[in-house]
Amino acid sequence: MKFLAARRRQPVVALAMLLFALVAVGGVYAAVGTVRPAEAAGAASSETQVEMGKQLYLEGCSSCHSLQAQGSTNGPTLIGVGAAAVDFQVATGRMPLAAPGVQAAAGPPQYNKEETAALAAYVSSLAPGPAIPNAEQVDFGSADVAEGGVLFRVNCQQCHQAAGQGGALTQGKYAPSLMNATPVQMYEAMITGPQSMPVFSDSTLPEEDKKAIIAYVDYLQNAADPGGLSLGRLGPVTEGLFLWTAVFGALIAVAIWVGIKAR
Amino acid sequence: MSTTNPTVSSPIEAAGEGVATYVDQRVGSNKFLSRNLGKVFPDHWSFMLGEIALYSFIVVLLSGVYLTLFYKASMVEVIYDGSYVPLKGIEMSEAYSSSLDISFDVRGGLLIRQMHHWAALIFIAAIAVHMFRVFFTGAFRKPREFNWIIGVGLATLALAAGFSGYSLPDDLLSGTGLQIARGIVQSIPIVGTWGAFLLFGGEYPGTDFISRLYGIHILLVPGLILALVTVHLMLVWTQKHTQFPGPGRTNSNVVGYPLMPVYMAKAGGFFFIVFGVCTLIAGLVTLNPIWIFGPYTPDQVSAGSQPDWYIGWLDGALRIMPNIETYLFGYTISWNILIPAVIMPGIVFTALALYPFLEAWVTGDKREHHLLDRPRNNPTRTGIGVMAITFYGLLWIGGGNDIIATSFNLTINSITWFLRLTIFVLPPIAFVVTRRICLALQRRDRDKLLHGYETGRVLRLPHGEFIEVHEPINYKEMAVITSKTDITPLPAPVKVDADGVANPYYRLKSMRAKLSHFFYAENIAKPTAAEIEAAQHHVAHDAALEAPLHAYEDADELRNGHGGVLHHLGMADTNSKQFAERTEQ
Repeated sequence: MKFLAARRRQPVVALAMLLFALVAVGGVYAAVGTVRPAEAAGAASSETQVEMGKQLYLEGCSSCHSLQAQGSTNGPTLIGVGAAAVDFQVATGRMPLAAPGVQAAAGPPQYNKEETAALAAYVSSLAPGPAIPNAEQVDFGSADVAEGGVLFRVNCQQCHQAAGQGGALTQGKYAPSLMNATPVQMYEAMITGPQSMPVFSDSTLPEEDKKAIIAYVDYLQNAADPGGLSLGRLGPVTEGLFLWTAVFGALIAVAIWVGIKAR
Repeated sequence: MSTTNPTVSSPIEAAGEGVATYVDQRVGSNKFLSRNLGKVFPDHWSFMLGEIALYSFIVVLLSGVYLTLFYKASMVEVIYDGSYVPLKGIEMSEAYSSSLDISFDVRGGLLIRQMHHWAALIFIAAIAVHMFRVFFTGAFRKPREFNWIIGVGLATLALAAGFSGYSLPDDLLSGTGLQIARGIVQSIPIVGTWGAFLLFGGEYPGTDFISRLYGIHILLVPGLILALVTVHLMLVWTQKHTQFPGPGRTNSNVVGYPLMPVYMAKAGGFFFIVFGVCTLIAGLVTLNPIWIFGPYTPDQVSAGSQPDWYIGWLDGALRIMPNIETYLFGYTISWNILIPAVIMPGIVFTALALYPFLEAWVTGDKREHHLLDRPRNNPTRTGIGVMAITFYGLLWIGGGNDIIATSFNLTINSITWFLRLTIFVLPPIAFVVTRRICLALQRRDRDKLLHGYETGRVLRLPHGEFIEVHEPINYKEMAVITSKTDITPLPAPVKVDADGVANPYYRLKSMRAKLSHFFYAENIAKPTAAEIEAAQHHVAHDAALEAPLHAYEDADELRNGHGGVLHHLGMADTNSKQFAERTEQ
């Protein structure tokens, strides 16, 4: 004790104390912060979930969508958009908006599953709207892929392109690629019509048809390319680019080699 | 050849001569072969671009024959029952279903189909690049104007062959292309509607068109291409191949290697290489995955629908054209289609075909040309060529505007407006810039003739001046540079001659003189022999100045490392003397 007391006024002690405090605070934070979202979601009753969602909403969303979710000049009203819209926009990282632009771009999600669910619960508590599809609704295992292909070509490819690679719309808007979309996200997009996309309600596209379309997109996502390199499945533009660079470059190189004067 | 040698040594030669004699007695081939096998062709890699076209065409023909064995040119509706699961049970035309069968159920079918398509793309690309070579080197000049026109005809036929083939599988992408083609036919005033009915046998899409297109694609167009290619090559044979300038090469000789054995080996080997590249690409890279697009129905279209690259410029012209229509006496004139898809390509191909005659008229040149121009020596022609390529390239961008927009986060509207402006602005800029570069290169050539080339060796003279040593260029470069022929622009015509008679063709001739002035007035004249000789003294003077240094070089003082002579014992001595002189004053 004397040993420590004798040295308590040394300058190095301040540094040591600071380090100790930092480690302690950081350690406690890490221990508290890594609560499993699933456990929390399970534990949270719907009321506390809504309460948590409201809190998150006020912090992260209300600056554009307003305090009562009634919308403003910066963002549309969220009353009645339903849990599906919130889940789609937040889980694909489109919301919260990274920067104002013609269209919200997909990106890494900013909220974890628990928070997303809370936000969805809060927004759906404001007014009824499309709910997040359950596992049975997106179970496309028994759906007809060929039928899905027909429906995809009739309803989706004029924007999302025949291979689901996405396409350009007017004024910088675009239909995104479907190559990373999950079945739930596809279903949500169809029932909520995010951004430029129209709503495909159950009266225009019954649940079975939606499943078939999801099955077809799932096929496109996983299908091998029997012809070799796919060139992005973007059609003649990339094919032409490949022709004029790689193929013709090789042919000209050979022509130069053959044309070199024999010595 | 062994025929000239009465004593035949080995049994192989004896057998060979036996065969040759047997054939000769029946078809009279010896005289023809002995005259032609020794034919000399000049050497340059760019002369092989036409060969790429020829060989890829052979690949197209061979693979195409295989495809005809399995393809059914029928629009009868069938239910697909092949091995591609996502289309199973779907109603489609027999044409599409047989194309799918070729891709999935015929042994080697997909490889051959992709080979056919890749080789076709290479064929048209090779024609285009071959055309660039002929254009920029002035190989279309007298006596080869007709062959140029045949070439333009071949290029047009190649486009027709490509487009008709692209439309045959009857998938959604090809049908979309046909729909546009029909719209273009319809846009022609007065006859358009009836023309479209005639072509398609009624309302679109009807049931006739695929079988009609099939006949055109496998008989008419390839037959015409074969016939024209034959004439094209015969003309090359009789007129002899042009050659680039070089030592010993003149307008009246051909310097190169004989057909047998050098070109037989080179061309034969090159054929197999082109064949190999086609096969390799076909085996490794997907082209036109028709199974993704699905069967054609007129009510569907996919985002990112594009034609193959060679139609892309026309598609681009359509895409960037503002929507202008005129209503006249109850009829609609669709300028928005007529101008980009009918009038513009009409002008382009007509100008392309007539260019040799235009240039000959402007130049007033009636001589034969067997020695190629270096592109820099005809800056206006080169400028026009680059201008045309720029124009084409911009339209190409237009054709891929949606892919470019999504790939580079641009808006399709701003790309369209960018192209609407630049299509008028950039080609003239490209023309001027190219012309200036050519003229600058001409100055450089003149400079090289007069002052030699810059050796990079800097010499400091005793009084402190730095000079760079020039040396005369070698005889090869000399021959290339001096090959340039100076063309004087035509004089302005006389309006009224000495007898007071008005020139009846004054306007035409005046225009011609102005054009001639535009083409050639700014050309840098080649130095005369006297000028070159005078300049030689200058170069010799440089060499003389440098001469004392070579003594040191021999002594190995300068050989390693630096080429410059900035500080040197001998020089330092001189400099210190000068310094001493100055300080005394």
